[in-house]
Amino acid sequence: MSTKRAMAYHYSVTCFIYFLLLIPLLATLVYSLCDQWGATILPSGFTFKWYIQLWTDPRFLTALYHSMTLAVGTLILSAVLIVPCVFVVFYYYPKLDTGLNILTLLPFAIPPVVSSVGLLQLYSDYPLLLTGTPWILVGCYVGIALPFIYRAVNNNLRALNVHDLMDAARLLGASSTQAFFKLILPNIRKGLMASLFLSFSFLIGEFVFANLLAGANFETLQVYLYNMQQNSSHFTSALVISYFSITLILTLLATRFNR
Amino acid sequence: MNNRLCRPFLVFIPFFIILGLFQLAPLVWVVINSFINNDGHWSLANYQQVVSSPFYRQAFTHSFLVSIFSAVAGLLIATIGCASLRHMQGKIRNIMIAFTNMTSNFAGVPLAFAFIIVLGFNGAITLILRKWGWINSFDLYGTQGLSVVYTYFQIPLAMLLLYPAFDALKVDWEEAASLLGASHRYYWQHIALPVLSPALLGTFIILLANGLGTYATAYTLTSGNYNLVTVRIANLVAGDLFLQPNLAAAISVILMSLLIFITCVNQWLVKRSYHVY
Repeated sequence: MSTKRAMAYHYSVTCFIYFLLLIPLLATLVYSLCDQWGATILPSGFTFKWYIQLWTDPRFLTALYHSMTLAVGTLILSAVLIVPCVFVVFYYYPKLDTGLNILTLLPFAIPPVVSSVGLLQLYSDYPLLLTGTPWILVGCYVGIALPFIYRAVNNNLRALNVHDLMDAARLLGASSTQAFFKLILPNIRKGLMASLFLSFSFLIGEFVFANLLAGANFETLQVYLYNMQQNSSHFTSALVISYFSITLILTLLATRFNR
Repeated sequence: MNNRLCRPFLVFIPFFIILGLFQLAPLVWVVINSFINNDGHWSLANYQQVVSSPFYRQAFTHSFLVSIFSAVAGLLIATIGCASLRHMQGKIRNIMIAFTNMTSNFAGVPLAFAFIIVLGFNGAITLILRKWGWINSFDLYGTQGLSVVYTYFQIPLAMLLLYPAFDALKVDWEEAASLLGASHRYYWQHIALPVLSPALLGTFIILLANGLGTYATAYTLTSGNYNLVTVRIANLVAGDLFLQPNLAAAISVILMSLLIFITCVNQWLVKRSYHVY
């Protein structure tokens, strides 16, 4: 095969795959911007009214607020809980790394539906009445964020010369805790931020826990989206595109931080 | 252990409390209660009920059919795509990888909505295909439709997982092979695919597990009417009919055991497969 023909092949294959991946998104975008698209191939009537209707709906704004505060709160808690652990394992107990590694994969290996079976039975009654409140979601979402934060911080620590840095800090009279906050933390900030943004887009996309454990009592963006399916599909399209734009901005921010 | 080594251990306490409460405790509850029958005694009744019921067996068959199909199709498309993506210029390639990253987030409820618009009964693509006479009707809400939607969300995931593995293929290998008279096909069959096989097998397992565990997409698309394992589990703990959490636990344990079994077979295959280093 000549190089020119080979390149033509590679370009057409890549373009075709990405075109396939784009179709649902493009169609949703067009759908959200037109007045009517019934049983015809082409849409008619360009309008912004679905977006205006969506962004003035108080229920949507509440759901957005719920999702945002839930995700931000969870991520702050996750960072506070997980980062010191990863550092302590890395610096003091490197042998525990394998064990912690397996533990981080646990949330991946167990489907959320399966966890929900146990969670619904354990926390639906006194003394731990958590179902229907955002607190149970916070607990579950820490598990979802765990693998991302663990990977990022661990990789960052590997790239640093942690032992020399800590020795130098102690030689200059800093305690281990001081050295962690003033020296290690600023050095892993970038990777940590990138992993937090990545987890953020995962968390606001979470549906199973949100629907089964909190449901209508604490409606998140995804649950709102699900409950709106009886509405006009133009309206839901505007919702999907708005939701997707939010994730897009976050992914872009994550890649910015990752550089 | 002296004091210097003991104090850092304290940071684990809150971490393990949260993880224990929300990850381990529910898992332990599921495993234990799957062996407890309706009267509160130890028994295998729940398992017997699952195995003997055609309805639950159908759920497993459906789940595996759709997951295996989508994992194989997604893996195939992703392999072809990654092989070509490697030949793109740096800048185009980076944009495409960023786009893959983005679409891998496009799953669940929003994805189901998008597919209803595109491939639903009056969807744009359905209408085009019907006009051209390629299809009479497309059932988005059955096995056929779910397989397509699942494949859609498997492709970006497979590409993200596979792409780094393609770095193991050195460019000079292909040149060396063609200098020695190997055809393009021979190179792929005897050099590239064997080298990639551990990554391909590993990705396949992740895709399969991803497909089996998926709930939101199918639930939105079919309103829970299509019989899948995850839909059955959710219905037994949060459905409209009477609830049977212990039966749901038994189904969950069977599902996880099957996943563990597949992973073990996969590990064994990976060990036997070709290794570069």
